[in-house]
Amino acid sequence: MDSAGEVVNDGKITLEGFTVAARAFADKWKRHNLSFPPWSWVPLINRTMLKKEEGYLSLEKIIILSSLEGSAEEESLDVTADWSEKEESVDLTVLVQNVEDEAHYYDYHIVYSASYMVPMLYFRGYSSDGKPLSLDVIKRDLPSSSVSLLLESKWTFITQEEHPYLNRPWFKLHPCGTEEWIKLLSESSSSDGCQIPVELYLVSWFSVVGQVVGLKIPREMLI
Amino acid sequence: FFFFFQVGELVRRKGSVGEKRMAANEEAVKYVWEGAIPLQIHLHKSEVASHPPPPPALVLAPRIGYLPLLVHLIKPYFKDSLPPGEDSIWFDYKGLPLKWYIPTGVLFDLLCAEPERPWNLTIHFRGYPSNVLIPCEGEDSVKWNFVNSLKEAAYIINGNCKNVMNMSQSDQEDLWTSVMNGDLDAYTRLSPKIKMGNIEDEFSRKASVSSPQSRQGGTEIDVAGQVKTARVPVRLYVRSVSKDFENLEDVPEMDTWDEISYLNRPIDFLREEGRKCFTLRDAIESLLPEYIRDRAQRSGEEGEQRTTDASDVSQETRGELKLVRIQGIEMKLEIPFSWVVNNLMNPEFYLHISVLVKEPQR
Repeated sequence: MDSAGEVVNDGKITLEGFTVAARAFADKWKRHNLSFPPWSWVPLINRTMLKKEEGYLSLEKIIILSSLEGSAEEESLDVTADWSEKEESVDLTVLVQNVEDEAHYYDYHIVYSASYMVPMLYFRGYSSDGKPLSLDVIKRDLPSSSVSLLLESKWTFITQEEHPYLNRPWFKLHPCGTEEWIKLLSESSSSDGCQIPVELYLVSWFSVVGQVVGLKIPREMLI
Repeated sequence: FFFFFQVGELVRRKGSVGEKRMAANEEAVKYVWEGAIPLQIHLHKSEVASHPPPPPALVLAPRIGYLPLLVHLIKPYFKDSLPPGEDSIWFDYKGLPLKWYIPTGVLFDLLCAEPERPWNLTIHFRGYPSNVLIPCEGEDSVKWNFVNSLKEAAYIINGNCKNVMNMSQSDQEDLWTSVMNGDLDAYTRLSPKIKMGNIEDEFSRKASVSSPQSRQGGTEIDVAGQVKTARVPVRLYVRSVSKDFENLEDVPEMDTWDEISYLNRPIDFLREEGRKCFTLRDAIESLLPEYIRDRAQRSGEEGEQRTTDASDVSQETRGELKLVRIQGIEMKLEIPFSWVVNNLMNPEFYLHISVLVKEPQR
C-alpha cells in the first residue's frame, strides 16, 4: 500500500490520504467556489479517543428554494445563509420571498469509509422548522438529471442510514462501486497513467458525486 | 475407514486446518449460535388501553438475532391492550431507544455492565422516535441491514462484494432464513456458497503445521517467511466511564447513544512467521491507541515497590481497558485474535466487540 503521498491505482484512498485530500479540497473550494460557503473540517474528538487527524468535511445550511411545482433547476440553488459567521442562525423572514416557495435546508458531510476505503457523502434535508425532509421531497429538490441517474445507475443510489458519528438518521450515497468510477476518471483524465495525486482525489470524486445532489464544482478546482 | 472418511468430509467442507481443531471450532460456533438472552418485555404504560394492564412477555432472544424479529412472539401478549391505529414498533431500555440493527446479544453486553437476567425492556407500538432511530419496516429492514453488512464484510475480507452479489436470490433468502431461525446446520451448508475468504486461524495453523491438510484451502495461503496482512471486519462499541469502579453494578447508566463511541473499521491483522501471536489486545489497541498499556507496566514489574510515585500517577491518568465482551464472554486479552474472529464472529462475518474503558484524565 502506498503512503499517503499517492492514491493507490485501484481508486481507493487511505485514511491519511483522505485527511490530506480533504484539506486540499476545502482549500480549493474556498478559493474557486465563491457562490458557496466553505467546507469545514470536523475533527473526531470525543471522550474516549483523541484523534485530531481524523474527521470529516461538513457543509451545512445550504438553502434550496424550491417551488412546489417541479424539481428545482440548478439556477435556483440560492445560497443566502450568512456563512461568514457560522454560529449565527439564518434570518428567515428575509429569505422566503415567495409564499409558494419553501426553504429547504441541506447539510452535507463527506465521511471516510474505512471498510470501502473511499469517501462517502451523507446528507440530510430539513424545513425551516427543523423537521426532516423525506426522500421523496428531497428528490424533488435534486436536478432532474440526477433523479434518472439514481433510478438507472447501479453506482449511485441513496439509502437512509445512521450517520457514523452523530447517532441520527441521514441519507447516504452508496459507496460500492466508487473505486471503479474513480479509476475510470483517472484513466481518462491523466496522461501518464492511472494515478490521481492525493490532493485532487476528493475534487475528482466530488465532481461526480456532487452533481447527483446538485452541487457543481467549477472547472478551476480540477487543476 | 469410516473415521478417515469423516475427517475427509470435514476437511473437504472447510478446506483447512487439522481435524482436532476443526471439531473444537464447530463446537465454539455452536455455542455462539445457541446463545440467548431471556427478555422480560413490558408494554409502555402510555399504550396500555386495558385494565388490568397486561403482564410482561417473556421471550428468549437469540444473541445473534435482532429485536424486530421477536415482534411476532411478543405482540400476541399485548394486542388486546393496544390503542387503535397502526403499529410502528420500537424498544427501549431504561428510556434509551434501542438501535434495532445491532444484534441483541451486543446490545445486552454493551448496555448492561452488570448482566440483568431477565433483561427488562419496554416495547412501544406508537410514537417511533424517527429523529433518532432509522425506520424499521419489520423483517425486510432487518434482512436488508444483514445483507448490507455481509457485503461490507465481504469487501473488507475479499476486496470486493462480488461473492455476495453473485449469490442467487434463493441462496441469499435461504441464508437469511437460516440466521432468522438460528439454524446453524442450514447456515453451515450454505456458507460455501458465500465464498468468503478465510481468515486463517493462527493458533490452529501452528498446531497443525505438519499436517498435510494445513496446506489446503482458503484464500489466504501464506508462503513461509512472508508477511501477510488480512483485514478483519470489526464493529467496536466503546463505553467509557470517568471514574474507576469496584463492581460492575456501580457503572452508571447510559442516557444517550452519544456516550458510546462506535467504530466500524477493519482491523489490519499482520501475520508473519516467527512473529509472536497477534492477540485480541493487539487488535483492540490498534483501534484504540489511547489505551495501549505502557510496556514497562506490561512486562511485570512485580518486584518493584509500588508507592505513591510517578508510575502510580501515570496509571491514574492513563486510560484503561476495563472489560471486553464478545458474545457475552469476558475475554482474556491474550487470546490469539484469529481464534476470536473465527469462532466468535456473527453470521454476517462481523466481529462485534463491546468495550468498557476508564477514560484517561486530561
